[in-house]
Amino acid sequence: MTSFFEKETRFLDQPLGMAPRVLLLIATLLLVFTYVFPLWQLTMFAPQYPEGLRMDIYSYRLEGGNKGQDVKEINILNHYIGMKDIETADFTEFKWIPFVVGVMGLLFLRAAILGKISNLVDVFVLFCYFGAFSLWSFGYKLWSYGHNLAPTASVKVPPFMPPLFGFKQLANFGVYSYPRLGSYALALAVVCLALALLLAWRSGRKSASA
Amino acid sequence: MSENRKSILTWGLLGLVLVGGILAGRCAPSGPKGKKEGGAAKSDAAIAAMKTYVAPGDLDEYYLFSSGGHSGQIYVYGVPSMRHLSTIPVFTPYPGIGYGFDDESKAMLGNLTWGDAHHPALSETAGDYDGRWLFINDMNGRIARIDLRDFKTKQILGPIPNISGNHGSSFVTPNTEYAMMASRFSIPIPKGTVAPIEKYATDYKGIVCAIKIDPKTGQMALAWQIVTPPFDWDLGDAGKKVSDGWMFWTCYNSERATGKLEVTASQRDRDYIAAVDWKALEKAAAEGKGDTIGGVKVIDPKKIPGLIYLLPCGKSPHGVDVSPDGKYVVGSGKLQGVTTVFNFEKIQTAIKNKDFIGDEDGIPVLKYESIKDAEVPVGLGPLHTQFGGDGFAYTSLFVDSAIAKWKMGTWEVVDKIPMSYSIGHLCAAEGDTCSPKGKYLVGLNKLSHGRHLSVGPGQPESSQLVDISEEKMKLLYDAFTEPEPHYAQMIKADKVKPIEVYPKEESKHPLAIWDVKDAGVTRKGNEVLAKVVLVRSTITPQLIEVNEGDTVKIAMTNIEQTTDELHGFGLLDYNINIVCDPGETKVVTFKADKKGVYPYYCTNFCSALHQEMQGYLIVKARS
Repeated sequence: MTSFFEKETRFLDQPLGMAPRVLLLIATLLLVFTYVFPLWQLTMFAPQYPEGLRMDIYSYRLEGGNKGQDVKEINILNHYIGMKDIETADFTEFKWIPFVVGVMGLLFLRAAILGKISNLVDVFVLFCYFGAFSLWSFGYKLWSYGHNLAPTASVKVPPFMPPLFGFKQLANFGVYSYPRLGSYALALAVVCLALALLLAWRSGRKSASA
Repeated sequence: MSENRKSILTWGLLGLVLVGGILAGRCAPSGPKGKKEGGAAKSDAAIAAMKTYVAPGDLDEYYLFSSGGHSGQIYVYGVPSMRHLSTIPVFTPYPGIGYGFDDESKAMLGNLTWGDAHHPALSETAGDYDGRWLFINDMNGRIARIDLRDFKTKQILGPIPNISGNHGSSFVTPNTEYAMMASRFSIPIPKGTVAPIEKYATDYKGIVCAIKIDPKTGQMALAWQIVTPPFDWDLGDAGKKVSDGWMFWTCYNSERATGKLEVTASQRDRDYIAAVDWKALEKAAAEGKGDTIGGVKVIDPKKIPGLIYLLPCGKSPHGVDVSPDGKYVVGSGKLQGVTTVFNFEKIQTAIKNKDFIGDEDGIPVLKYESIKDAEVPVGLGPLHTQFGGDGFAYTSLFVDSAIAKWKMGTWEVVDKIPMSYSIGHLCAAEGDTCSPKGKYLVGLNKLSHGRHLSVGPGQPESSQLVDISEEKMKLLYDAFTEPEPHYAQMIKADKVKPIEVYPKEESKHPLAIWDVKDAGVTRKGNEVLAKVVLVRSTITPQLIEVNEGDTVKIAMTNIEQTTDELHGFGLLDYNINIVCDPGETKVVTFKADKKGVYPYYCTNFCSALHQEMQGYLIVKARS
C-alpha cells in the first residue's frame, strides 16, 4: 500500500513534457473566449414573433437581441405570468464566473510553468468542478424563474422548467436553448486538459517505471 | 287583274317586306364600335395575375404615394399589388392615428379641418428621388412636408400671404432647393383687399412663389414671390439637367375673363406656359428686391425684367412636364388634340434674340414657331405626360379616356390603351425624374362607372395599373382608390428607409418619461400636468383627479420599443383620442369643464389584456 502511494507521489511529482505545457497554454487562451463570446443562447419563436426573440448569456452579462430590445420584450411578456424581470443585476453568477475563470487561467499558467503532473491533475479536477457547478447554477436559475411566479399574476400557468439544452414548447413559444462559443471554448479547454493529462500519464508512467 | 299586274303586285309586296326587314334589322349595337366581349379595358388574366400577384408576406417593388385631393390626405399603395398600405393624414384630422387631436398636430392644422391636396412631390437629389421627404400642396395656400423616416406630417407652412388657391404646387427643384406654389384663383392682394370683379384684369393678381427647403432638416420657409397678371396658374414642373434653374407653370384664362369661365376663359387659341428663371429670382430676392405686400417681399417683373417669360401653348393647357434629359418642355392643351413639345435650347435662343410677339403686363411672350419642336397628335383632351426609361413618353387623354405612348425625338404615337374611365393624372415609376424606371404606370381615373361592386351613387375613384415594360401597354389591375387621387409619385421601395419604432435614445421630448415610477400627476395653481406611461397592459397612473375648471395637460409616452406595439388614449366625452407609436410622446391640453367621472382607455388593441388597459379621470365639482 505504502509503495503504491510512493509510486503515485513519484509519478505526480514528475515534470510535465513540452506537449502538456503547450496544451495548458492553449487552454488558458481558450478561457479568454468567455470574456468575449456568449456562453449560452435562448431563442424563442411564436406566431407573433416570426423573427424570434433572443437572449445571449455572457459570463458577466445578459444581452438581448435586436439591440437589447428582445430581453425587454421577454420581460413584458413574462410579467403577465408573474415571472420576475430577467435582469443582469439578479445574476450573482455574473460576478463570480469571470473571477473564477480568471483564477482558473492563473492556475493553468502556474501548472504550465511549475510543470508538475500534480498541478495538472489539480486544475483538471477544479476546472471540471467549476464547469459542472456553473451549469447547475444556470439550470437552477432557469428553474427559479419558472417556479417563483407571483401569485397575483394575471395569467396563471403551472410552474415550469425552461429548457437547459434543446427545444421545449412553452405556451405559444417554441424555446431553443443551446451553448454558444464561450461554452464551446470552455469544453475545448477541458479537452485540452484531458489530452495533456493523457500525454503526461503516458510519459510519466514510462519514466516512473524506468 | 291580269297576270302581269298580279306579278308586279307580288314583287312589289315582296320588295316592301324585304326593305322593311332590312330596315327593321338595322339598329344601334349594344356597345361602342370595336367593343370586345365583356366591357371596356380588359387584360389577359393569366399574365396580369402573374405580374400583380405579390404573395402573402412578400413585399411590393414600389411605393405609390397618391394624393387624396379634398380628403386632405395621402394614401400609400404598394405596386404592383396595388394594396393600400397606409394613410398619411396631412391636412385633415385622422382619428385612426390620433392626428389632429394632440396639441402638436392640432396646432399644425390651425383652424382648418380640411385641405385639398393635389400634387405630391418626393424630395430629389440630382434630379432623382432620394426617399427623404414628401411635399404636398393644399389649395388653402399651404404646403406640407412628410418625413419618410416615419411617414408622418412634420410641417404645414401657410396659409402663405397673397397666394390664393394653391394649385400649381408642390413641384420640387432637382436638388430640393425649393418647392413651388402658385395662385389658381387670382384675388386683389394683399388678402383682405376688395376690388370689384369688373377690375379683374387689372386689380386682381396672380402669384407664383418659391418655398425654400433646408437641405438638412427639410424645414420649409417662404423664399420669394412674383406678381403676375391674373391668369389661372395651373400646374408646374421644374427644369432639370440642361434646364435646371428654370421652373415652368401652365395657365388657363389668359383672357383674364370672369363669370362663366368655361366659356369666357376658352376664347383664345393659345394660353401660356410661364418660364421662370428661379436662379435669377433667388439672386434678386437675396439682393432684397421687391415690394412688401401682405408682409412679404413680392417681385414685380415689370420693374425687374428678365425673370419670367411666357410661352404660348395650345388652348387651356393643364400639365407641363420636362423630359428626363431636361431638353424638352411638354405642354398639353386640354382643349386640343395635340401635345406641344418645346425645345429648351430654342427657348433660350428666343430669349437671347428677343424673339417676342408682345408682352403681358411687361412679361415678354415668346414666338411659338421659334420655340416649338413638335405637335404630337396624341388624341383628345391631353392632360399630363410622364416618361419611361426608354425614350418613350406617356400622355393621359381625358376626353379619349386613354393613354397615348409616343416616341421622344420622332414624335410618333406608337400605342394607345383605353382607361376606365376619363383619366386625369398618370404616374410612371419615377416617371418625372432624370432616370425614369419604366415598367409600371398608374392611370388615375376620375370615373369608375360600376367596374366594381356597387356602393351606391358615390362611386369610388379608379387607379389602373398598366404594364409599360413592353412595346404594347397592357392593363394589369383595377384598384379603387380613396377620393380623390390627382397626382401621385412612385418610388422604388428600397430608396425609402423608414424606422420601425422611435428609438428611446433619440427621445428629446421635454415631457417624455421612460419609467413607470416617474408617472404621476402634479399641480401648479389651476394647471394640472399628468405624466402618463403607456406600456402593456397598463396606463399609469390609473387615476387622474382634477377640479372642474382646471387646465389639464396629459403628456403620454409609449415606452414600448417593440415593432407594432401602438397604444391609444381615448378619453370619453372629452373628444380626446391620441395614439402613440412605440417610443413616441404626445401631449394633449384641455379644460376640464365638465364635472364627473370619465373613463380613459387604450384604443389601439395591444395585447391579451388590452381591455384592462384603462383608468379614470375624475373631475371634482368646484368647492
